[in-house]
Amino acid sequence: MTFNIFVLPFSLGFIFLLLTIFFRYRKWIKALEKEDRIRFSRGLHSRKFFLSLKEILFESLLHRKMFRKNPLLGYMHMTFAFGWFLLIILGNLESRIYSGWWINPPYYPIFMKFFIHDKHVLPFEIFTVPGFFRFSMDLVLVVILSGLVLAIIKRRRSRWFGIQRTTRLQLTDKVAMTCLWLIFPLRFLAESFTSGAYGYGGGFVTQHFGNLLAILYPFSDKSIAYGFWWFYSLSLGIFFVTLPYSRYMHIPTELLLILFRNFGIKHVKSFSAYADVEVFSCSRCGVCIDVCQLATANSILNIQSVYFIQSIRDRDVRADITMKCLLCGRCTDTCPVGINTDSLRLIERRNFAINQLPVQDYIPVSIREKAEIIYFAGCMTHLTPGIIKSMITIFKTADVDFLFLDEEKTICCGRPLMITGQEDQAAKMIGMNNHLIKTSGAKLLVTSCPICYRIFREEYKLDIEVLHHSQYILQLIRKGKIPLQAYFRNVVYHDPCELGRGSGVYMEPREVLEKVADVRSIINEKNRSLCCGGSLGILNIDRHQRDAIIHETLKTLMSGNPEMIATACPLCKKTLSKHSSVMVRDIAEIVCQAIPGTKYNPVAQLTKVI
Amino acid sequence: MKQFGYSINPDRQIDYDLTDKSLLSFIVSFEPSLLSCISCGTCTATCTAGHFTDFNIRRVHTLLRRGEITTLKKEIQKCMLCGKCQLACPAGVNLRNLIRSIHVAVEKFNV
Repeated sequence: MTFNIFVLPFSLGFIFLLLTIFFRYRKWIKALEKEDRIRFSRGLHSRKFFLSLKEILFESLLHRKMFRKNPLLGYMHMTFAFGWFLLIILGNLESRIYSGWWINPPYYPIFMKFFIHDKHVLPFEIFTVPGFFRFSMDLVLVVILSGLVLAIIKRRRSRWFGIQRTTRLQLTDKVAMTCLWLIFPLRFLAESFTSGAYGYGGGFVTQHFGNLLAILYPFSDKSIAYGFWWFYSLSLGIFFVTLPYSRYMHIPTELLLILFRNFGIKHVKSFSAYADVEVFSCSRCGVCIDVCQLATANSILNIQSVYFIQSIRDRDVRADITMKCLLCGRCTDTCPVGINTDSLRLIERRNFAINQLPVQDYIPVSIREKAEIIYFAGCMTHLTPGIIKSMITIFKTADVDFLFLDEEKTICCGRPLMITGQEDQAAKMIGMNNHLIKTSGAKLLVTSCPICYRIFREEYKLDIEVLHHSQYILQLIRKGKIPLQAYFRNVVYHDPCELGRGSGVYMEPREVLEKVADVRSIINEKNRSLCCGGSLGILNIDRHQRDAIIHETLKTLMSGNPEMIATACPLCKKTLSKHSSVMVRDIAEIVCQAIPGTKYNPVAQLTKVI
Repeated sequence: MKQFGYSINPDRQIDYDLTDKSLLSFIVSFEPSLLSCISCGTCTATCTAGHFTDFNIRRVHTLLRRGEITTLKKEIQKCMLCGKCQLACPAGVNLRNLIRSIHVAVEKFNV
């Protein structure tokens, strides 16, 4: 057995890291709910496990999502993750084949070039390539070093990578990052000096570089090399020890997160083991900062998901950070790890709930007449009566018998309460509305408000179909129940957050619009669409900050000089109308206008092609 | 004694020294937009809770300014934070946060 004292920092760090990961994993799996634990153990023996392995290969090692978003960043992350992975695999294979032992001490493959200087055995042929391992490991090392150069440039000049703002790192992050950066150059130097001193044993780069070093430092002998082996081992050791306390904990945690997610484990109302795994999976890459409109429009730079998640990890969750979020879902959509930041936010907001807040005992739950289809306009729609009038016209044109559930004495759906953390009070409202809906005996619920639509689908547990009016209008058009005649030029569609990213309804509103208008596409649409600025998810920003968001959103919407902005949310309509230079109309209004002979003309002034 | 058909009303003057302004100043520090209220009453006209009860945000504002905390505490229980008032407000008062701030303040001052 070969041993030298310099392997100790690495070995101790490595053992510490393995133990920490083991205990953390055990803690998380133990903390799972019983059903989730069954899901987990079943998942391990199913096809899902292999699908997860595939995902780990593509996402955690090759960083496919990163590549799609930013090829340069993708390459950088891939060199570190996949490159290091290859080095480990190749090194282990090489050392095992050379020594003939199945079990190696873990340091042996890593410091093999320090221990073995066997001229005749080392360049063994594999795949008819002489010195296969030496060659490939050198190649991988050079690729990693190229990634390292990119990483250093990225830290200094992030704008060159298309990143406007990066994360402010904590001290542990900085220590771990410095060690990580040092690992590969130190390995390169150690190997070069050693192979230079012995005159053989290196790969195509390290050997030549080593020979050069041997000429430059002929007096050095092997002592410089020995020093670099020490530094190499130390940097590995320190990195491993700081890893669990730094952002690099995301590396081992993400593997578990991928397994959990693929096995069907989800967020629950309270802070669960799954939520904790998500928190530790955050790599603090800061992608969520550049997409946050509070950052881009208002330069608020301390509340983004990366800092919020960090505050959960540090057990220092503060009300202002937790509450200051539009809940637009743009960061959740863009997160390369797939962390559901909105759900985490909602879970934490519950801790800041006000206990004595509303108990709406005064709401009368009256049993109304029966109907097949009920229409629930929602509070916001009552502030945009054009949408209600249009919907009634559409219902009447299609000859549909419907009941207008909240025509008078509107009841809130409960989502505004829920997203401020008032879960119990929201539950009360949900119960009341649920009773109302059930007693109507309806089979279909149509709503005009995406906020209501989302909570109806997610929280109400209704056994009837729930449709947003854009989906319902599309059904009516497909059945040929609404005759359409008019056609509008140059319309741009604004995706409401709650309907698009929140509920995944992107295509139906577009299909409806394409029947009556020439819809232009813009860069930030569908899942990339911006928030209108009216979000009910946030309480603590003022009017001017909201205005900044509205202007930013209007700027992207107006990029193609449209004649009209179409949307499918009363709140978006109302908010955007405030500053828009062109007409902002709901889909229902546009369709209503296109019906031949309609008496109600919500889009009258606009150029109409018949 | 001869009755003249009138009586002396009890003293109705407001004693400003007794008015509790601490709650108001605390809330204004949370939500300064309250100061731009023009008392137009749009919030009250559009209020969802106002359909069912006598809940009146203008009244909440008056109670807050007068420092009548006990009545205020009962009054704000009726709001459902739906946000219609905020959308309708012409002065841009951040009403949802105002109601929340009052709750936080009431909890903090423990009245």
